[in-house]
Amino acid sequence: MSKFFSSVDEVTGRLTEAGYLPSLDIATAVFLAGHLGKPLLIEGPAGVGKTELAKAVATATTSDLVRLQCYEGIDEARALYEWNHAKQLLRITATDNESWDSTRDHVFTEEFLLARPLLAAIRSPRSTVLLIDELDKADVELEGLLLEVLGDYQVSIPELGTVTAVRKPFVIVTSNANRELSEALKRRCLYLHIDYPTAELERAIVRMRVPELDEALGEPVVRVVGALRQLSLRKAPSIAETVDWAKTLVALGARNLTGNVVRSTLGVLLKYQSDHRTAVERLGLLDPDLPSTTRGKP
Amino acid sequence: MTDRLIEFVGLLRDHGINAGPSETIDAAEAMVALGISDRKRLRSGMAACLLRRNGQRTVFDQLFDLYFLTAEAPQPAAPSTPESIDALRDRLVSALAQDDSRTVTELARQALTELGGYGGLGTGQTSGPVTTASGAGWSSYLTMKALQPEDLVDRIVAGMSGTSQLDTTVHTIEANRRLTEFRAAVQTEARLRSAQLRGTEYIARRGVESSTDQIDFLGAREQDLAEMRRLVHPLARKLATRLAVRRRKAVRGRIDLRRTLRRSMSTGGVPIAPVLRARKHGRPDLVILADLSGSVTGFAEFTLHLIQALQDQFSKVRSFGFIDTCDEITNFFTPGEPPSLGTAARIIRSTNVARFGSSNYGEAFQGFLDNYVDALGPRTSVLILGDARTNRTDPNLAALQTIRDRAKHAYWLNPEPSRSWSTGDSAAHAYAECVTMHECRNVKQLTEVVARLLPA
Repeated sequence: MSKFFSSVDEVTGRLTEAGYLPSLDIATAVFLAGHLGKPLLIEGPAGVGKTELAKAVATATTSDLVRLQCYEGIDEARALYEWNHAKQLLRITATDNESWDSTRDHVFTEEFLLARPLLAAIRSPRSTVLLIDELDKADVELEGLLLEVLGDYQVSIPELGTVTAVRKPFVIVTSNANRELSEALKRRCLYLHIDYPTAELERAIVRMRVPELDEALGEPVVRVVGALRQLSLRKAPSIAETVDWAKTLVALGARNLTGNVVRSTLGVLLKYQSDHRTAVERLGLLDPDLPSTTRGKP
Repeated sequence: MTDRLIEFVGLLRDHGINAGPSETIDAAEAMVALGISDRKRLRSGMAACLLRRNGQRTVFDQLFDLYFLTAEAPQPAAPSTPESIDALRDRLVSALAQDDSRTVTELARQALTELGGYGGLGTGQTSGPVTTASGAGWSSYLTMKALQPEDLVDRIVAGMSGTSQLDTTVHTIEANRRLTEFRAAVQTEARLRSAQLRGTEYIARRGVESSTDQIDFLGAREQDLAEMRRLVHPLARKLATRLAVRRRKAVRGRIDLRRTLRRSMSTGGVPIAPVLRARKHGRPDLVILADLSGSVTGFAEFTLHLIQALQDQFSKVRSFGFIDTCDEITNFFTPGEPPSLGTAARIIRSTNVARFGSSNYGEAFQGFLDNYVDALGPRTSVLILGDARTNRTDPNLAALQTIRDRAKHAYWLNPEPSRSWSTGDSAAHAYAECVTMHECRNVKQLTEVVARLLPA
């Protein structure tokens, strides 16, 4: 198997080229996942760039991205493979003077197999990044199914036998930790917890994603978001929201970050009313012009 | 290096991070692949191999520092003429204002050298080799006490650019965060030096803070509680989804005989299409009884968060607080908002949960039965949160028995370790015979209880 990256520095360099600025933890984990040939399990709050990282790795290594989006009730047929019954029936009716044995042998061949993401990623001869997104949303049974794929990079199909990976894909599993994943699954993976970035890194990300933003605004934008994260909020703003906010400020043509500007655009950063109230209170964003009855309402 | 790694993994296990042999092999391969010269990189890599959940990183970092940084641990600076504390504070202010992390680390080191030595260290005497018996060491506590960095916030804020009202508040929050970092740096430094004095083993076993999910509710500090809150919400959510799944599974396949026969009329009495019983839209009810007395303050604070989280997830939750009498506290919680600080005090002030102020479980249960017995029904689950310490009053088992009989399930979460149940004035075992009691000292155990109460 070809290694995906040859050093941590290379990871950093190529991910940066792909538009993703990794922290040292991220770069090291990505390098090790490629080097040891193990799947990478990524946890962390929503919007810190877990899915983005998978996309960036695919871009950086010029690989195909195969994505399995998990949801409650996802099953084998959606994740792994299913037989194309309609086509099988057609095949059987099209040749009426054939013996049972040959029909049977013909009907269960690759031609009638519909590969779903997991099988597709395993069978692909090209370099592939397999993204199993939000695994915590799926039922526990799916994890059992994944063990074979993640552990040995193979899939057993009763009628066909075992399909082993031609070329090991780079597997990234993401989870918002709504549910504890099983020990068995975790043991097969390397673990990476992505947290909110340092102020410095976040500034760089904002600069990269929203180059139009006034140079002087980058610093205060990141600092206000950082302060919000220190408050006790239901949903702290993540990188995605910082970037959105920076775009909003560009769209509004804001020159400097006054209390008024922050208050009127708070909706981009915070998604709960109680959070709004906390932020307005703690950051002293009350509008002195408003009558006191409407104070505190965003 | 292999020995050191094995020893390190063993220590991790002692601190509740269960890394198995396969993880150790991964870590070894990571060490080979990354090289051991760049400690930061090595730390990231080994964390990826050895850790399995969030919240373990703090412990890991502390142990990693002890094990792999000792080689380059700083020699305590030769005790020179001690710079006056004020000068040190001035430099700290400017370093923190500029977020100059290297200088901050340097200052942490220096502050500890000048202020944190005890038992003959750092006081100007040339200390010989120090043994455990001499009682000498390095203390971050002493350093902080002398330095009083809390008073510096305003000066740090003044040191940062920006003048508007908004800038000031934002900067204050930021300054506090940087101070916390500085405090952590001093602590790390103190640990490293103590490890040099006493041997790594000694400090690694005693001087490492445990991870958040293992901190006792009863002894939790303010900053721990904040972290715990983050861990509690997903748990309540889990509890709710578990119950929902159970409901869904339960409504399949019951045949309504009467309607099936009625419909079979059209086919001459042959019941071709069976009619299934309509799904009952029953929701589980939850009644929470929470001890709010002083002996369980840390727990009560956490209890309120659990109640809040559960009220968010269930449609029918009624919460009752008690100390020596019982009163309903459901309305103290607004959906979707975490209980503000001091909610417990507010509840105690404005409701009838306390008459005399020392807990009396027997009275409280009786009070609940007298006034709120209609809250219980055949679908109700009762959750009791408390330490079962009744101050040597009558435990009133009969009342608890009645509560249990009138509800569908009853569970008791006790924040005390099970070995101290029924010591002193605790009636835990008497109650435990009536209602299933779970030891629930920390978030980890709460997680287990939730998983066990409601097997998927």
